[in-house]
Amino acid sequence: MSDATEPALRTEEMTLNMGPQHPSTHGVLRFVIRADGEVMREAVPDVGYLHRSIEKIAEKVGYHGFMPYTDRVDYVCAMFTNQGWGMACEKLGGIEVPRRGEYCRVISTEFNRIASHLLTVGLMGMDIGAMTPFLHALREREMINDLIEELCGARLTFNYMRIGGVAWDLPPGWREKALAYLDHLDPILAEYNALFSYNKICIQRLANVAPISAEEAINYNLVGPNLRACGVKWDVRKDMPYSAYSDFEFDVPIGHGEWGTLGDSMDRYMMRIYEMKESAKILRQALTRMPDGPVLAKVVRNFRPPAGECQVRVESARGDQGWYVVSDGSGYPWRVHVRTGSFAAMGIIQKLSRGLMIADLVVLIASLDVIAPEIDR
Amino acid sequence: MQNWIDSLIAAGEFGKHPPRDLVYAAFILVLSAVVFLGVAFPFAGIVSWVERRVWARIQSRVGPNRVGPNGSLQWLADGAKHVLKEDIIPDEADARLFKLAPYVVVLGFVLPWAVMPFSSALILADLNVGILYFTAITALTVVGVLMAGWASDNKWSLIGGIRSAAQIISYEIPAGMSIFPVVLITGTLSMQGIIRAQEWEPYHWFLFSNPFCFVAAIVLYISALAEGNRTPFDLPEAESELVAGFATEYSGMRYLLFFFAEWGNMFIAGALITTLYLGGWQAPQLSSSAVVMNVLQLLSFNVKVLFLVFTSMWVRGTLPRVRIDQMMSLCWKFFVPIAFINMIGTAVWVAIWPDGNPVAGYVMFALGVAIAVLFIQRVMYYLKRSRMEMYLHPTI
Amino acid sequence: MEPLQIYERLKVRFGERILETSEKKPDPFAVIDPAALVEICHYLREEPELAMDCLSNETGVDYKDHVAVVYHLFSYSHRHGAVLKIKLPREEPRVATVEGIWKSANWMEREIFDLVGVNFEGHSDLRRILMPEDWPGHPLRKDFVEPQEYHGISTVRESPIVRLEQHKK
Repeated sequence: MSDATEPALRTEEMTLNMGPQHPSTHGVLRFVIRADGEVMREAVPDVGYLHRSIEKIAEKVGYHGFMPYTDRVDYVCAMFTNQGWGMACEKLGGIEVPRRGEYCRVISTEFNRIASHLLTVGLMGMDIGAMTPFLHALREREMINDLIEELCGARLTFNYMRIGGVAWDLPPGWREKALAYLDHLDPILAEYNALFSYNKICIQRLANVAPISAEEAINYNLVGPNLRACGVKWDVRKDMPYSAYSDFEFDVPIGHGEWGTLGDSMDRYMMRIYEMKESAKILRQALTRMPDGPVLAKVVRNFRPPAGECQVRVESARGDQGWYVVSDGSGYPWRVHVRTGSFAAMGIIQKLSRGLMIADLVVLIASLDVIAPEIDR
Repeated sequence: MQNWIDSLIAAGEFGKHPPRDLVYAAFILVLSAVVFLGVAFPFAGIVSWVERRVWARIQSRVGPNRVGPNGSLQWLADGAKHVLKEDIIPDEADARLFKLAPYVVVLGFVLPWAVMPFSSALILADLNVGILYFTAITALTVVGVLMAGWASDNKWSLIGGIRSAAQIISYEIPAGMSIFPVVLITGTLSMQGIIRAQEWEPYHWFLFSNPFCFVAAIVLYISALAEGNRTPFDLPEAESELVAGFATEYSGMRYLLFFFAEWGNMFIAGALITTLYLGGWQAPQLSSSAVVMNVLQLLSFNVKVLFLVFTSMWVRGTLPRVRIDQMMSLCWKFFVPIAFINMIGTAVWVAIWPDGNPVAGYVMFALGVAIAVLFIQRVMYYLKRSRMEMYLHPTI
Repeated sequence: MEPLQIYERLKVRFGERILETSEKKPDPFAVIDPAALVEICHYLREEPELAMDCLSNETGVDYKDHVAVVYHLFSYSHRHGAVLKIKLPREEPRVATVEGIWKSANWMEREIFDLVGVNFEGHSDLRRILMPEDWPGHPLRKDFVEPQEYHGISTVRESPIVRLEQHKK
């Protein structure tokens, strides 16, 4: 009887590369996945493929010239970045935006919020394998793109706002078209839910995937729908009102964990559907009650805000963006920094990915609504 | 068929004393080539175009409509494009297995056409173990997919290949067990025998003959979807996770062969269900001429099979994908017990009523019609509610 | 609580560790001693009336004679915020990490290390995040000169207007 035993089967971890080009990462992201079969040990994100040094460019092009660059910080919801930069410069320079200009800002940003959320929920569908909801969502988004194209001439990178207001007033007849679109949107959202969100397979794929508790979310600085899905009732529009939001009545939906755990992917996904309904409410109020007047305050060509610094928070579709601008009294900003919601969300993916399956990693990224240009700037 | 060949030999068409077996073999070869190349492959090609149009309408867009009338030659253009593409074989890949894999998969799709009962006279080989042959051959795809996944030397392909192997092997069991109720009722494994045991009236189909068969047909349909790697079970080629799963490293015609197998599999799965549960080629006796009857039967078979193929495409455009562990638990925890119960229930039923129970047939048929009517009502309600006028009058 | 009141509380507790506070211009901030950073942040987080449970933004700024790191803190329970600044020498800026207090500092400090060059002691994983691993220099510094080439790829490009003029000739 020999005492040399049969060597046990040697198993290894697989190191996979969910590379920068991949059909389902939202932009140019890379994950190095250490997996044991289907279950991941860890997924380490690697970002920087879309770094365009926008913050350094700001120091060269000046305050007015930076506005088109802000569109590219997050091209899916460009109105919010426009507004953030505009508000930061106005706070530094002590400029007040006329009331009608604020209403125009609210209308364009809320439409952008609906468009961005439509893209997100559609992408969630496509990442799970249902191509149809993606195309239906994009069909609705195309209608918003048409509306905004009539408003400011561009479908994706708008450059609609200026320091001190917005560039152009609403065109004639636009208000009626916008209201007609809002009437069309509500039953479409119900149809979308019936087709996709309440589908048993979708719920099975999304519920109980990567739940995040409220303390963890605050610790990792998750913002926006991600934070609200964990039960924290915080919305910059309601709690630190800026622009014209104090004039409007709307709810802030938070997650309750009714399909699985509180703060799981299903909650984060449903947040966006609820927020679209709230945005529609705000839009109806804004469109019907617009005041008259100018839309752009008078700002000098060579805008030189006094030396100082400020931080401005804007509730973008992806969370609250913090714009931190340092001015030295010259016509060029000394430092511009934008802390975006996607940057914070990437920080938590490495921790959440332990023990998930590879198919769930895709769902996690889609539910956190990560967009690559926001991370890398 | 054999009598006809014998009469030809007797009439001296092949020389004085031809070796009989050789003549038979030659005929089999020619007829098989006709069926495979002339029916199976074009069908797979045309169904790719039909699928894209059906998908597109579900997704509120149009689909290919340029090449040929309404885009019906799109599949020829796609085939030509793929043939003309560069044939890339990765450096580290196992070249022999890499090249062999698509052919094994295609074998698994092409060989069952030999037992397709198109009509009472049009069947290539009326084996008396037709169903068994069928299930055996469709399992060949597992080998091919595993070979493709392994030989590609790509971890994502490997994952896709292993997922697919696990899926197909697991779903063989509910599929096989859902075939048994019919075999129990008829006592034969031959395709023509099973079809002849049913009548053309729907309430005499095996689908409605007893409630266990009804459920078994549904289980069989879902398992057939899983075997053919169709959504909601298309994890092996999960496009958003694994690029193209086991077929990632393939290009050109090799890539297309995998998809031919998938599209052709839809027809085969539909044909299986039609034969077993939907009465096969049975058609009403409208004329006494054999030719007319055969044409009617061909039509009846094709309509039923193509309806099931259309439902496959419909399901693909609607449902998301299940995760691998959910799919496995679905198979082993739900379908296998249900299939067992069906088998035993049918056995008990056959023991009590050996010649079938027509009342049960009428009742089940009424139930089936009620379900279909309810479904159509719901569809009409949603269509009315979705306010189509916005699409007809766009904003700008 | 207003930010200035928070800074008064800090002054009461920490004395000279708070080097200066500025008035509203437009956002008031407090400059603190880098050595006391972790202690002050811990106090801000644990004190029930301040409860700064979120590090909302962390930025590195290169002033020509020193490097500053700016912390924007926020409290979800009390809905107030504060701004802390530390000033570091330009040659070898190093400061302790606050990753142990707020996990969100992990990625933000990596970005500051990458772009401004501040070394965070005690950080679990301090490596470049946006630039490639072997990139020389820290791009957001005011004296950063872009390298002429990277791995053999030239970064210099002639102005297209100049080329158009030459082409017209």
